[in-house]
Amino acid sequence: MIIYRQQHRVLVQGITGKQGTFWTEKMMACGTRVVAGVNPKRAGETHLGVPVFATAADAMVKAPYEVAVMFVPPSMAKDAALDAVGAGVKLLVCLTEHIPGQDVMAMHAAARRADTRIVGPNTAGLVTPGEGFVGIMPGHNTNVFQPGSIGVISRSGSLGTLVALNLTRAGIGQSAFLGIGGDPMIGTTTRDALEALDQDPRTTAVVLVGEIGGAMEEKAAIYAAGMTKPVVAFIAGRASPAGKKMGHAGAIVTGSAGSYASKRKALEDAGVVVVDTPRQIPEALAARLATVAGASMRPVAHTDARVHG
Amino acid sequence: MNFHEYAAKAKVLVPAGIAVPRGTLCRSAEEAGAAFGEIGPCIVKAQVPTGKRGKAGGIRTADSAAEAQSVARAILGMTIDGYPVESVLVEERAAIAREFYAAVVTDFADRRPLVLFSTQGGMDIEEIAARDPQSIRRHPVEIDAGFGADDARSMLAGLGLEAAEPQVTSVLQALYGIYGRCDAELVEINPLALLADGRVVALDCKFVLDDAAIFRQAELAAAGAREKLTPLEQRGADAGLKFIQLDGNVGVLANGAGLTMTTMDVIRHCGGQPANFLEIGGEAYTKAETALDLVLSGAGVKSLVINFCGAFARTDVMADGVVKAWEKLKPKVPVFFSIHGTGEEEAVKLVRERLGIEPYDFMEDAVRAAVEAAQ
Repeated sequence: MIIYRQQHRVLVQGITGKQGTFWTEKMMACGTRVVAGVNPKRAGETHLGVPVFATAADAMVKAPYEVAVMFVPPSMAKDAALDAVGAGVKLLVCLTEHIPGQDVMAMHAAARRADTRIVGPNTAGLVTPGEGFVGIMPGHNTNVFQPGSIGVISRSGSLGTLVALNLTRAGIGQSAFLGIGGDPMIGTTTRDALEALDQDPRTTAVVLVGEIGGAMEEKAAIYAAGMTKPVVAFIAGRASPAGKKMGHAGAIVTGSAGSYASKRKALEDAGVVVVDTPRQIPEALAARLATVAGASMRPVAHTDARVHG
Repeated sequence: MNFHEYAAKAKVLVPAGIAVPRGTLCRSAEEAGAAFGEIGPCIVKAQVPTGKRGKAGGIRTADSAAEAQSVARAILGMTIDGYPVESVLVEERAAIAREFYAAVVTDFADRRPLVLFSTQGGMDIEEIAARDPQSIRRHPVEIDAGFGADDARSMLAGLGLEAAEPQVTSVLQALYGIYGRCDAELVEINPLALLADGRVVALDCKFVLDDAAIFRQAELAAAGAREKLTPLEQRGADAGLKFIQLDGNVGVLANGAGLTMTTMDVIRHCGGQPANFLEIGGEAYTKAETALDLVLSGAGVKSLVINFCGAFARTDVMADGVVKAWEKLKPKVPVFFSIHGTGEEEAVKLVRERLGIEPYDFMEDAVRAAVEAAQ
């Protein structure tokens, strides 16, 4: 379970904070089913119309949920994640950036044993246009997201937003936006996200937005080679100097592995169309879909498919 | 955060009970000469946080006080991989019987710690790994289960370490302890030497502290090596911004690493060269004012692209910061905006009304205009 669906109930950890409040309001306005929040100091209160609990475990008993989203600072992220995993959450969306690596590994180890899917850390979240969103994406902004049939995968929230915006402006709606996170150790990889969209009946084609560093795009390319759904990719970082750490800890270029050239070649060898600028994505997508029998973008008009709320 | 060899040995290895050679940190040739008197035949090692010391001539032997002094003088005048050598470590020269390699490193793709050991230490380990992968033992660790003596012994089984095996076992366990306790991304001993007298000693050490853990490793981080930054990059770092100066003439101000790299890519695609990388993603989006100041302070900047695409970062807050900085700095270079996403309407209104500039609908058009203006 990676794609958010409207029937999924959502717990917000850190719901009473400034960002937690701001984004929970946006998520709710978009149709997301937020059922509870967590703040150990405000247990028993109601915030934004939902009950606040001391722990994710308490919340699971009184207000069950499938998805948890963390608005929690780095020093407290591990405990919050272990709380949610221990409570039996199915999908944990970890927005927090700059969590110590030791803590991130402990989170992933616990999730592996409990069979919990972690998205992130350092993800901007998941958007399913027409159903809702979980995270810190402009899922409520109908200029950016419109329902449709194109799946979008992005490590970066800002670049992912730009790509969704370009699709919407070209009249191409999205089936799901999967923000997987900019950290070097993320729970859901590019390949995992690609597989989810490949298996999703509402998705007809995929836009893969990658970045230099790591080998996730190369591994996703192996999966893409066996797909019938078209994949169009843009890889950020071509003009970034080698060996420099460009913000995302994951985007470190050392030697040839993880370089722009390595990723582009792996994807192109797998039949993926790789474009040079984000603006070229809609056109490349239309061209690829035209060659696949039975596939369509089912363009969605801006007026009749507004995200409710 | 990288550490100098002497700091890694003193702050990390020695407290964990791993033996290192006797040595003295010296900041002048005279100090090195004096150190010889206590240590005897020695090795003089440049203290710079890079792996290219040996090949650059930054590690040399000395057999007399006069030689230690002259060798130290030569090394202290060097710049290695961009780092001026400010100190040397004068260490006793040991009679080496065998050289091993031992490390614990974060395997980012596997999301687990990885313990590494090889009996072929001392040389370029990457080369050995590529040529003969079998010569390196690898042990992925379940972080909550840990790495015990049995794990260490099973890693070393059949390597013919004989009498040295118990010592190497303890070194591996101590290394794993360091890795967790000190929030390391890498702790590496190469070579780990078996001396002629039977002792096992760490002749070198590379230690990388996880930057995200500095908040809880303040004491250790104080011993870390300073990054190689330009004065402007240092100003950025002091303000909590990741700012990298580049050679180009088109300044870049965008939010988020992904969008910033993409803006740089499009500048190159349009025939220009980016003048900087600057990260104002995440919480840093409130620092647009400082950020603009930094970008405009670059010597070669002829035009500027401001590309905001708000997800978490609110474009109205960033635009407000930019407008404030703009009115204060009154920059002479032309600026080209593209603004979309969270807070877009308010942001566009601010830029239009306060700066009299109309943002471009597509970032590619803003970039193209900026590249043309810079030429």
